[in-house]
Amino acid sequence: MSKVRLVQGNEACALGAIAAKATFYAGYPITPSTEVAEYMSTMLPPRGGKFLQMEDEIASMGAIIGAACTGLKAFTATSGPGFSLMQELLGYAVITEVPIVIVDVQRPGPSTGLPTLSAQGDIQQARFGTHGDHSVIALAPSSVMETYFETINAFNLAEKYRNPVVLLLDEEIGHLRERFDVEDEAVEIIDRKRPTCPPQEYIPYDNNEPDGVPLMADFGAGYRYHVTGLTHNEKGFYTSKLPEVDASIRRLTSKIEDHVNEIATFEEIELEDCEVLLIAYGSVARSAQEAVMELREQGVKVGLLRPITIWPFHDQRIKAACTGKKAVIVPEMNLGQYAREVERVAPADTPVCTLTRVDGEMIEPAQIVAKVKEVL
Amino acid sequence: MAQSWKIRLSGTGGQGIIRGAMILAEAALIDGKNATQSQVYGPESRGGSTRSEVNISDKQIFFPKVVTPNILLTMSHEAYQKYSGNIEQGGILVLDGDIGKDGQHEGIDVYCAPVTVIAREQLGNEMCANVVALGVINSITHMVSDESMEESLRRNFKASIFELNLKAYKAGLQAIIQKR
Repeated sequence: MSKVRLVQGNEACALGAIAAKATFYAGYPITPSTEVAEYMSTMLPPRGGKFLQMEDEIASMGAIIGAACTGLKAFTATSGPGFSLMQELLGYAVITEVPIVIVDVQRPGPSTGLPTLSAQGDIQQARFGTHGDHSVIALAPSSVMETYFETINAFNLAEKYRNPVVLLLDEEIGHLRERFDVEDEAVEIIDRKRPTCPPQEYIPYDNNEPDGVPLMADFGAGYRYHVTGLTHNEKGFYTSKLPEVDASIRRLTSKIEDHVNEIATFEEIELEDCEVLLIAYGSVARSAQEAVMELREQGVKVGLLRPITIWPFHDQRIKAACTGKKAVIVPEMNLGQYAREVERVAPADTPVCTLTRVDGEMIEPAQIVAKVKEVL
Repeated sequence: MAQSWKIRLSGTGGQGIIRGAMILAEAALIDGKNATQSQVYGPESRGGSTRSEVNISDKQIFFPKVVTPNILLTMSHEAYQKYSGNIEQGGILVLDGDIGKDGQHEGIDVYCAPVTVIAREQLGNEMCANVVALGVINSITHMVSDESMEESLRRNFKASIFELNLKAYKAGLQAIIQKR
């Protein structure tokens, strides 16, 4: 009998976390992400992992940052209101360079908004929600299977770059059930680089690693070092010396942005000869793909660029895709948060049009078809 | 027969509408087809009308929702009022018992079967009305194979209630279905 199963997006996320060797989850359940916590609470303990239900999202972040410092792969799941609360400690994880994964199953906001419906309104929050200059990695899968693989990718990127990674699901993908069959798929698991030098020689925030990412020792492994949210020198202790501050803050951004080619992934659909370009991500990309199929049957030259990596934003790639197009349309379930970035890099003579929806419902293919015909 | 099924199951919270949709979608996957299943979450799941949607297709399914179904099941009067006006021309409407018995549906094939009565009287458990309904739908449409449906029921129910639900499915297949 077929091994193919019907699996929900949030369950695929939990299965991906297990496959990525996550062993620690702390969270405060919130719709529409609750199933991630439910599955982790049943899957982690039998595997020797730990599941903690915390008193709120701030404490959840504190718990996973602490767990990650001991060498564990740790994550949490939330939705917009909880993600807002997490911003302070997200910044803490950025400056202390602790690899964690935050799953944000987006719902309409602001504030508690529409708990059971869908949105993509946390695009900018994921990037700029915490204060100070920094970079972040955020991924937005479009299917249940892709949610599994991008969850694994999120842990790998967190480990590789010692940075928080946000998995930006939306309610449609989190609660969608569809085919799931990963039995024969090989997955690569990346672990953080750990020091092998004697403990007294360990430099926890060494600015001179070739990839910009310092080695990370596990707490309890004999390497003593200081972890602080204050700007710190290479030893991890507070500093206000200008060159030291400058070097460490610039490195926090450059260690991500300089590797955008390695980090950012896209799917290209019918791009070669297209006159109108759609750029869509997450669940809306599915509507966009259906619109492309329908319009191509009518002879309309339209294509879709689907960013799977939302952040870091690949300026060159997006600019190149926009160049020479009659128009670029960015359908999204917010008021143009990603379109703003596309506009920033698109050539001045390429019009960038938004197609927005913020009532909690998914953008339908027919809406995209109509918009394409309007701009042609 | 339609190559792509766009199915909306509707009824009252607690009738197993969402579970029914999951069973149907998984059976289609076991058949080697593509399927998506989604639902409207919200206060509706605590009573009132509830709905769940399934797409089944030989082709890849992109847009996972159902805007206009080509098959609608209604298992409550309220759901009938709410959803029966939106069915694709040439589509199918399946009604439980005398729900919507005076309704007019131009260009729609309307079938009715006493789904809840069968569950209560033949099987002694009204809770398996959702699976009886799947039997009725499949006897009209043959959208999934009986073998895959049986496997899907096995996956969706624990062993102690699997046999009851298999009986419910078969009772649905054999139900007397009236075409209006």
